[in-house]
Amino acid sequence: MTTAWIAVLVIGAATIAIKAAGPVLAGDRELPVRAGRVVELVGPALLAALVASQAFASEEQLVLDERGAGLLAAAVALLLRAPILVVILAAALTAALLRAVS
Amino acid sequence: MRAVVLHTANTVLGSSMSERDRHQRDAAADARAGRRAAARASYRAGARAMLPLAPAVVLFAASFGVLARSAGFDPAATVAMSATTFAGSAQFAAVSVLAAGGTAIAAVLAAVLLNARYAPMGLAAARAFKGGRLRRLLESQLLVDESWAFAQENGRFDRRRLIGAGLVLYVGWVGGTALGVAAGGSLGDPATLGLDAAFPALFLALMVPLIRTRNALAAALGGAGLALLLTPISPAGVPVIAATFAALAGLAPRRPLHRREVA
Repeated sequence: MTTAWIAVLVIGAATIAIKAAGPVLAGDRELPVRAGRVVELVGPALLAALVASQAFASEEQLVLDERGAGLLAAAVALLLRAPILVVILAAALTAALLRAVS
Repeated sequence: MRAVVLHTANTVLGSSMSERDRHQRDAAADARAGRRAAARASYRAGARAMLPLAPAVVLFAASFGVLARSAGFDPAATVAMSATTFAGSAQFAAVSVLAAGGTAIAAVLAAVLLNARYAPMGLAAARAFKGGRLRRLLESQLLVDESWAFAQENGRFDRRRLIGAGLVLYVGWVGGTALGVAAGGSLGDPATLGLDAAFPALFLALMVPLIRTRNALAAALGGAGLALLLTPISPAGVPVIAATFAALAGLAPRRPLHRREVA
């Protein structure tokens, strides 16, 4: 078996297990109130982290590039209460235009 | 006489019962139809919400296909990775490690580290899943950043929105990978089209409605802060996992947030 196939199979199995762990093992168990309040905030915490790392991280470095400008455009669109499609397009167009002129 | 009265009473009672039964049955059927319609609407809402992202997903998947082929993956292994791992950043990382001459162990470590965030995500969404273990295992595979983000509503998870969104992303991701394998490098670079900027914008748009308490605001600021702080000093993947700790803001007394304060 090639190295590529070994990587594909092991990473695939590991990812399937990681994704299924919560839904299969924690299941329908009622969480204590305090734990529930923490789990509820995993959403805002991880989404903010994804925003930060996908807009400003590049190979373990912090960078300010066209993605940051796109994020700024998205924030403006959100403040203007634009629909989600417009928010995404504003970010992509801003980044594309800046890359085209630079 | 008594028998007749009884008989009449029975008939009256019987007819009124069957009338009520019919009403109940109709009401139950209406309710079932209503629930089915609401369920279909949730699946569709999830699928529709991902359509604006579809071009970006397909092009990124295609560029993964090209990259994997150039790193020595055969076509079947390339598509198999998208079908089983179904997580963009981990796949790019693993293939990059192998392309740079790294070992399979290094590639696996990089990918597992990047995908470890799905553990807290799965835990947060766990109670939305239903049915037996096999069904939960299969449905949970549709959990990716975008479907997970969109499935949240008022602090709860909607399993149907997650599945609807996840299916669109899965088809786009696996199909796009196959396209990249078939077409080679002729499809263009997603970055030229600014498509890499679409993802943080989507996550921001999905995060804002979740910020309804000061605790949620603290969790978001803490999560972003931890991710930025750790990016230069830890391996890729660690910053986002560590950001989970910002959710501990839920232990503080709950305080509402006035909308005006964020706007």
